[in-house]
Amino acid sequence: MQIYLPIAEVSVNAFMLLGLGGIVGILSGMFGVGGGFLMTPLLFFIGIPPAVAVATEANQIVASSFSGVLAHVRRKTVDFRMGTVLLVGGLIGAALGVVVFNYLKSLGQVDLLVRLCYVVFLGIIGSMMFVESLRAIRKSRAGGPPPKRKKHTWIQKLPFKMRFRTSGLYISVIPPVIVGIAVGILAAIMGVGGGFIMVPAMIYLLGMPTKVVVGTSLFQIIFVTAFTTLLHATTNFTVDIALAVLLLIGGVVGAQIGTSLGTKLKAEQLRILLAMMVLAVCIKLALDLLIMPSELYSLGRAGGH
Amino acid sequence: MLRAILCLLLLTLPAKAEEVVLGLSQDEVAITATFDGSQILVFGAVKREKPIPAGPPLQVAVAVSGPSEPVLVRRKARRFGIWVNTDSVLIDAAPSFYKVATSAPFDTVLTDVQDLQHRVSIDRAIQSVGATFGTAAGSGGAQDFTEAVKRIRGGQDLYKILESSVIVDQQTLFRTAIDMPANLTEGDYSIRIFLTREGEVISLYETQIDVKKVGLERWLFTMSREMPLVYGLMSLAIAIFAGWGAAAAFRVVRLR
Repeated sequence: MQIYLPIAEVSVNAFMLLGLGGIVGILSGMFGVGGGFLMTPLLFFIGIPPAVAVATEANQIVASSFSGVLAHVRRKTVDFRMGTVLLVGGLIGAALGVVVFNYLKSLGQVDLLVRLCYVVFLGIIGSMMFVESLRAIRKSRAGGPPPKRKKHTWIQKLPFKMRFRTSGLYISVIPPVIVGIAVGILAAIMGVGGGFIMVPAMIYLLGMPTKVVVGTSLFQIIFVTAFTTLLHATTNFTVDIALAVLLLIGGVVGAQIGTSLGTKLKAEQLRILLAMMVLAVCIKLALDLLIMPSELYSLGRAGGH
Repeated sequence: MLRAILCLLLLTLPAKAEEVVLGLSQDEVAITATFDGSQILVFGAVKREKPIPAGPPLQVAVAVSGPSEPVLVRRKARRFGIWVNTDSVLIDAAPSFYKVATSAPFDTVLTDVQDLQHRVSIDRAIQSVGATFGTAAGSGGAQDFTEAVKRIRGGQDLYKILESSVIVDQQTLFRTAIDMPANLTEGDYSIRIFLTREGEVISLYETQIDVKKVGLERWLFTMSREMPLVYGLMSLAIAIFAGWGAAAAFRVVRLR
């Protein structure tokens, strides 16, 4: 069934959008990532204008994250305190990110920089997670004790300490706020929720337990993407509500399935799956930059760069 | 001045010996939520006071054109091993949609001079005369950029020349059908009908067809432009409600 999208001004198959939303929703529930890093390129591929894809995707992530976080709240795997601290950083970062984004836009190379950002970050994080979880799986197979996480001594020494009961941590608020800011900036530039950066940052930098990480990340993503959606809707008018509704119907259902799938898999398996997916997207984007494109030319709206 | 105009009128009048009486299957294209393209039927008759002139038969060309807008064309090139946008050219005006239907091969229907004057072929409809802005401007490569616009829009079924697709009966009745794809943009689309003999335009008739969003599409589009904050909040409310709804529904399913 074809449906005409009022803002994107293209006609697409409604069932395809539902399916895309569903797949990305499952990932969202399983890994605590918004799925934007996967969905945004997919939307480009089916012919949605990039500006509309990025803005609408932010709105869709709100829905799937909200659906996912409810399941986590019930299982008490959300650290609200940590989430709020991260959120404060996230909002500051998102606002900064929009400024950076508009500056890059004025230089006229924003597409390239966004893509390079994707390749670099996905590459680093993907390979880091892959190696780490492979090592963890090998150790648990060998029957040895689970690997102890490295204690960051300099983090312990920072002031403004706060107790995060759900995570079982007593650390300074400075590192989480900085993580939040960094993720917020990247989220605004790359048009994603930022879960794929935040999840590893929480595990490896803050030393949070994997179980809590997913729910907390989803909690923070809701607010950052809601903020981004409003920003896009009021400044660029590029949020397509019809597209969002179709994606989020698939997305929220997928997120529920994903969350229950996530509890059945072991943490290491979960991490290695996510690592592989991140690497796959990274390789695809890198190839797009390296291989000669079939169409060298592209059309843009003049004046509206 | 007035005399000059009168003189001109008198001079041009004999050329109007044959005139178009036009009919359209619809005078607007309504873009609804399930819009997946449309077809406009253009038909008409030739009104004339005198008998059909001898010589080569009457030919008809029908040109449907979407609103013209400037287009920024970018070209990629390999820099440091990766493909990046390097050159760009600003095309002054290119129609968002352009299809020409003719009753015979294009060259037979219109001479090059007449095409130049009336801007009928796709090449002439795209105005890149002043392609002066952009990094590749003035390097003589601007033609490649115009070709790219034709190729990309042609691939999207937006630009097309439909030769020999206008049926002309008895040099008096003519009809053709023009397909409009699903990826139309809004605006006033102009329809021009040319009557030609030996490649010379003897009569030109021009009308408009309105392509616009209707119903829900119209409402959402207007709202997103006029009340962006309300629109954004509505989008968020829908998202949160859908998220909550799915979570609640799945809990019911699991509890049973």
